[in-house]
Amino acid sequence: MFENLSHLALQQYWWIIDSLLGSFLVFLLFVQGGQTLIYRLGKTKMERTMIVNSLGRKWEFTFTTLVTFGGAMFASFPLFYSTSFGGAYWVWMAILFCFIIQAVSYEFRSKPSNVWGAKTFEVFLFINGLLGTILLGTAVGTFFNGAEFTVNDMNQSQWATSFGGLEAVLNISNVALGLTVFFLARLLASLYFMNNIREENIYARSKKQLLYSGIPFLIVFLFFVIRLLLMKGFAVDPNTGFISMEPYKYLHNLLAMPIVAILFLGGVVGVLFGLIKSYLSEKYTKGIWFAGGGTIMVVFSLFLIAGFNNTAFYPSVADLQSSLTIQNASSSHYSLTAMSYVSLMVPFVLAYIIYVWRAINNKPIDLEEMKSEEHLY
Amino acid sequence: MVEHFDLSLVDWSRAQFALTALYHWIFVPLTLGLAFIIAIMETIYYKTGDSQWKKITKFWMTLFGINFAIGVATGIILEFEFGTNWSNYSWFVGDIFGAPLAVEGIMAFFMESTFIAVMFFGWNKVSKRFHLVSTWLVAIGSNLSGLWILVANGWMQNPIGMKFNPDTARNEMMNFWDILFSPTAVNKFLHTLSSSYTLAAVFVLGISAWYLLKKTNIAFAKKSIIIAAVFGLTSSLYTVLTGDNSAREIVRNQPMKFAAIEGLYDGSAGAGLVAFGVMTESPNGKHKNMKDFNFKIEIPNMLSYMAYLDGKAFVPGINDIINGFTDNDGIVHPSVNEKIAIGQKAIAALRTFKIAKKAGDLTLAEQAQKDLEANFKYFGYGYFNDPYDTVPPISMSFYSFHTMVGLGMWFILLFILSLVYIYKNQIATKKWFLRAAIWSIPLAYIASECGWIVAEMGRQPWVIQDLMPTLTAVSNIDAISVKITFFLFLFVFTGLLIAELKIMLKQIKNGPNHGGK
Repeated sequence: MFENLSHLALQQYWWIIDSLLGSFLVFLLFVQGGQTLIYRLGKTKMERTMIVNSLGRKWEFTFTTLVTFGGAMFASFPLFYSTSFGGAYWVWMAILFCFIIQAVSYEFRSKPSNVWGAKTFEVFLFINGLLGTILLGTAVGTFFNGAEFTVNDMNQSQWATSFGGLEAVLNISNVALGLTVFFLARLLASLYFMNNIREENIYARSKKQLLYSGIPFLIVFLFFVIRLLLMKGFAVDPNTGFISMEPYKYLHNLLAMPIVAILFLGGVVGVLFGLIKSYLSEKYTKGIWFAGGGTIMVVFSLFLIAGFNNTAFYPSVADLQSSLTIQNASSSHYSLTAMSYVSLMVPFVLAYIIYVWRAINNKPIDLEEMKSEEHLY
Repeated sequence: MVEHFDLSLVDWSRAQFALTALYHWIFVPLTLGLAFIIAIMETIYYKTGDSQWKKITKFWMTLFGINFAIGVATGIILEFEFGTNWSNYSWFVGDIFGAPLAVEGIMAFFMESTFIAVMFFGWNKVSKRFHLVSTWLVAIGSNLSGLWILVANGWMQNPIGMKFNPDTARNEMMNFWDILFSPTAVNKFLHTLSSSYTLAAVFVLGISAWYLLKKTNIAFAKKSIIIAAVFGLTSSLYTVLTGDNSAREIVRNQPMKFAAIEGLYDGSAGAGLVAFGVMTESPNGKHKNMKDFNFKIEIPNMLSYMAYLDGKAFVPGINDIINGFTDNDGIVHPSVNEKIAIGQKAIAALRTFKIAKKAGDLTLAEQAQKDLEANFKYFGYGYFNDPYDTVPPISMSFYSFHTMVGLGMWFILLFILSLVYIYKNQIATKKWFLRAAIWSIPLAYIASECGWIVAEMGRQPWVIQDLMPTLTAVSNIDAISVKITFFLFLFVFTGLLIAELKIMLKQIKNGPNHGGK
């Protein structure tokens, strides 16, 4: 089946899978957003316990999706993996440290004799929520704005600055995407709490938070998107592989791929609907699904315009011809074919995730459960 | 390929990877083994409906959760370190190494992380049967996580099922099944898993022994010991079997590693196995890695038997490998100097291929490709000048291997004694034994870490056997950055380990009646 596909078709298939993983990851970052709101939304110890436990039952999905996203990028586009990770050393190390300190924090936070105190682990969760989202967004921003690397004829890469990728924060568009992800994560977290916790005060504060996160989110998101659609992009000549700058490249990509444009606009509508309906309605709790679904659609479409329609998905601003495309950065035909068979398991994996999510979230978290539950975070 | 090597960068990158891997490996074996022990306990609860078994399951599950969290924390960095610190390696093998990693994410990590939520929070939310299935799926998922990374590691020790593509300058997968079912990978997987089960069994046994010594939670402890001893004895015996198979694999595919772990300089027919030895400075002073015995006790012919199931077979020593030898199958192995010359030809052919391709000289490119293929087997040797640079650290390999084997034997005895004393209903009165069981917990961790030291130090200086030396695999970054992150990891991981140990000890002290709070 897959072996009969062309190398390009397999490369596109894997770009779609990686993009889907990336878009699910951004949705699941609501866990990180929620971690920055523990004290803002939880004023009593019990309220904070409810918030932490609500997030604590989901953090591993985000974590696993991040790890799988990294693994899938390594497998399908190893030149991106070796170039970006090996060069933008400090950006990725900072992101990793943010996630290392998160992984223990839920389990250790409320356990007796945890040495460093509950507050330390709450700070860890906050750092993960704040820096993790901003840095991930900033790193993805370089997919559009480029990074400082060169690749030699043996496909070995060298970073052109001594800042190990941290120079990405000097680009306002990268930072705007970082802040967009941060405020979006907080927005989604508020919607998630409204859905998953049955407690009036948390519901009311979450609703208020929709406004505090929603307005800055819309400002930075619009800034990023307008700039993206008006800027020059990194075009690839499909015959020669030559990279050049093309005005309005990403706008062109959107217009050249109407399905992607529909996905993008549909996603924006979904996020706005989830946000506005949840804010205006009295007892509405389903906003997370509209905003979450919308997030997945928007991020997915952004990944597609970064890599499809003859575009360099990881452009080099140090040496344009070193830029990475889904064709020059990918694994071999055989390797992509083998992995494609494994990818047939994805619907099955999604099915059991949805089944288990429903089983665990069937009943929202409430005071009674927190008092009777033995395994508390 | 790489023209200049910054040895300080290589050393710090190795130190960082060793640090993070060794820290990660403190937590993983317990996760792998305890997951099954818990699943067995819950199965008994499911079958009998005895609430005591539910309590036992929940107690060990609490310890599992604490350990699992820090295992995850230390694990994420390893995946990304292949890119951050070993980017040349990542490209050279990404086409092979990446696939198992992606499969691991899709197949194993999601299974583990999805059902663990049911395991901890589903007691009152899902049916008893679904909960049990979830616990088993966590056990299977966590063990599958081990499969793929060990397949990748097995490939690095014995690279097969691929072809080097000079256009992309990397190894490309030719046969997925050859890589998955490589005997090296299969043995490595089974040996790692069974040794991890042994560690988990010693852990459960030791903690239960502590309760018996304190004369508290007696029934709980005895039940736990039965499960741990049966599970542990089966696992440890299987560890011996898989270790034995590994030895035969290593002597054929990595003879230098085999010679190093035995400290064998001059090979012979009917070689003896060093049961115990003390190493000192090398008398010939050939290389810093070369250390010889000051004292040793040998079992005659045993090494030959271990390697070839023939007490009279020839086992090559380090000097034989350096100078060239003929193995038991009559295959002639060139000297390391000859391998270096062949490797240099391969590297030069690759360079010529690239220049010819750029110039559009297809005839020259074709000839260069043929030369490269003819000499590719020893490609990595081309980066060395001194044959003795291909010798791994001998004393570290020797001591790690012998410590691991010696402790493995002790654990078998420990499990047998546990079963005997349980059967005779004397276990609570055998204080010396209970103390020995408690002290065996750190020993199990030492044995487990020694296993990794043998596997990874014994194969130095290779990151991919014969093809890629460790020094060419590093990212082109500055050593200072790696030094800083090394100390950051040391600081963060040590801080988390201290917290983990204190939490764990508190939970153990509280016992199964406390409910994990």
